[in-house]
Amino acid sequence: MKKGNFIDNLPKIYGIYTGGFIGFIIIMAIAEQMGMTAKAIGIGFVAFTVFIYALIGYLSRTAQADAYYVAGRQVPTVFNGMATAADWMSGASFVAMAGGIYFKGYGYMALLVGWTGGYVLVASLLAPYLRKFGCYTVPDFIGTRYGGNLARFSAVVVLTVASFTYVTAQINATGTIASVALDIPFQYAVYIGLISILLCSMLGGMRGVTWTQVAQYIVLIIAYLLPVFWISNKMGAGFFPHFMLADEVARIGELESQFGFVKNSAADLATVPKGLAGITKAHSAVNATPWAFISLALAMMMGTASLPHVMMRYFTTPSVKAARKSVGWSLFFIFLLYSSAPMLATLSKLSLIDPTLSTGIIGKSIAEVQAIDWYQNWNQANLMFISDFNGNGTVELNEFFMGGKAVVLATPEIAGLPYVISGLVAAGGMAAAMSTADGLILAIANAISHDVYYKIIDPKAETAKRLVVARVLLVVIGFAGATIAAMEIQGILGSVIWAFDFAMSGLFFPLVLGVWWKRANRQGAIAGMLGGLAAGTWYLVWVRTGGSGFLGITQLTFGIFGSAVSLIAMVVVSLMTQEPDKATQKMVDEVRVPSGKTILGKQ
Amino acid sequence: MSNQEKHWEKSRGLLMITLAIWFVFSIGIFLFGAEMNEVTGPFGYPWTYWFTCQGSLGAFVILIFWFANRQEKIDEEFGFSEREDG
Repeated sequence: MKKGNFIDNLPKIYGIYTGGFIGFIIIMAIAEQMGMTAKAIGIGFVAFTVFIYALIGYLSRTAQADAYYVAGRQVPTVFNGMATAADWMSGASFVAMAGGIYFKGYGYMALLVGWTGGYVLVASLLAPYLRKFGCYTVPDFIGTRYGGNLARFSAVVVLTVASFTYVTAQINATGTIASVALDIPFQYAVYIGLISILLCSMLGGMRGVTWTQVAQYIVLIIAYLLPVFWISNKMGAGFFPHFMLADEVARIGELESQFGFVKNSAADLATVPKGLAGITKAHSAVNATPWAFISLALAMMMGTASLPHVMMRYFTTPSVKAARKSVGWSLFFIFLLYSSAPMLATLSKLSLIDPTLSTGIIGKSIAEVQAIDWYQNWNQANLMFISDFNGNGTVELNEFFMGGKAVVLATPEIAGLPYVISGLVAAGGMAAAMSTADGLILAIANAISHDVYYKIIDPKAETAKRLVVARVLLVVIGFAGATIAAMEIQGILGSVIWAFDFAMSGLFFPLVLGVWWKRANRQGAIAGMLGGLAAGTWYLVWVRTGGSGFLGITQLTFGIFGSAVSLIAMVVVSLMTQEPDKATQKMVDEVRVPSGKTILGKQ
Repeated sequence: MSNQEKHWEKSRGLLMITLAIWFVFSIGIFLFGAEMNEVTGPFGYPWTYWFTCQGSLGAFVILIFWFANRQEKIDEEFGFSEREDG
């Protein structure tokens, strides 16, 4: 692959790739008509896409530090936007988000606002300045701006805690999808997922991850949008759902008040399989207090601006200007999926609860629903459940239960779409989880190999040796993550939200003030990072072990407390100790203008 | 005041405007979520519901591109923009 040539040809290459993928979907659709089994289609989709990613990973192999750590800093704006979007949208966004909106409505949609609004902070406060700095990793910035191994090491600690919390959830998600699609036990599927992930990143580092992430974005966005548009048209809800579902939203409200939200007794609920939930909240009503909504959104926004695997994507652009624009493109590509999730939740809910639709099950007799094919399938997969609590023989709103994942995974089948769409959705979920896991594992391994090994332990190490260390770490961290994922300690969504809180507790203010406050010094930054992380962790443990919490800060928003402690500690300690030396102040001045050489140059 | 100080002052001004708009769409409107949801908004959705699904999200996309363009203009004005080959 010739470099310059390759970059110029990107639109053509990915154009052909997209065409090829659509061709593959059509072939599968024809094969289904000719009698291919659902299982074979599922295997076909997952195996084919993973093979393509592995091929891209292999073609992107490299022996240069610059290519391995920052993809040679030549990723064009729009493509970096796609890669960031794939990096960002995890298994949780793809599989769990529409389900969360389906069950919890408005209160949950704070995550939509938080996970997009954070990019404004990324674009205006951090990304362009860190790009100008020319660092390889986020701790690289902290270590150089504040100076000293302790500051660098503290940043590595915060990064590892946050990213590792996040990555176990993603490996868990790849394992879940692989085990369903390939029909193998979860404990083995986790490692198959892990090997697929490592194939993308091990040989090419950031370069391999960049080009596979672009490919993964294309798969996941087609897999998400196609069913939404198809279902909407099939139901006659409107050919462009985003602008045309107001009647459906209003109709759900009507049905909700007609059925009423009947509260189930604890004894009845005890018979419902674990993890399933019923519809208990109004679809479009405001059901959270302003502070509950805003605090969750704020925590997610500040967390976005502190997560290293996102930040390091902007180190790969050719210029500072491109870094800024690239943040805009990233958010645009994320917006395409996020704005569709509430539409999917609306379509899914209406098709299930409206008695006037042929797919509706509320009001039908229990026996009739139990005889439906898709109900039997998803009931067997432990994602759907009905029970006749009041003994009247028909399904009521409060007698129907579903798992969060089912909204994305089962809706195509419920709406009567061909199975090929379900196979496509599985491939999309796999792409979403793999791309995020790759970004995270790489962020951790790079921080340890570059910042701990190269900068602290052995500054004279040769490039070849550094890259061997980086790759060994990649495998070790991947296996550690998979081992913990196989134990299935926490749910996917909960641990993703925690990762944001950890990141903002320890890194938000040390990063932002590093650019925007010249007076910030080493002692202050160390106090901010370690104090913030410790305070946040303490609050989480306290609330989890029965503590009452304060100011309405919950275990999902503990980062608000952690980052407040971080800010105070950083400012107080900085002001009590000596101001940074002249050289450091000059460095900050340099960072603030786009022109001229990067601070660190080639390493 | 040096050229660089002027550049930074203007950049800081742009940051403040950007963050103010960001605040309105991410926090400000949700202070009045319950009241606003009574009113029918764009495409017939209730206002607050529409903002959480599309409105705020779209506003952030536009805001970032607007910010990037303004910052480029400021960089050019003071001669701090990058050379194209950079």
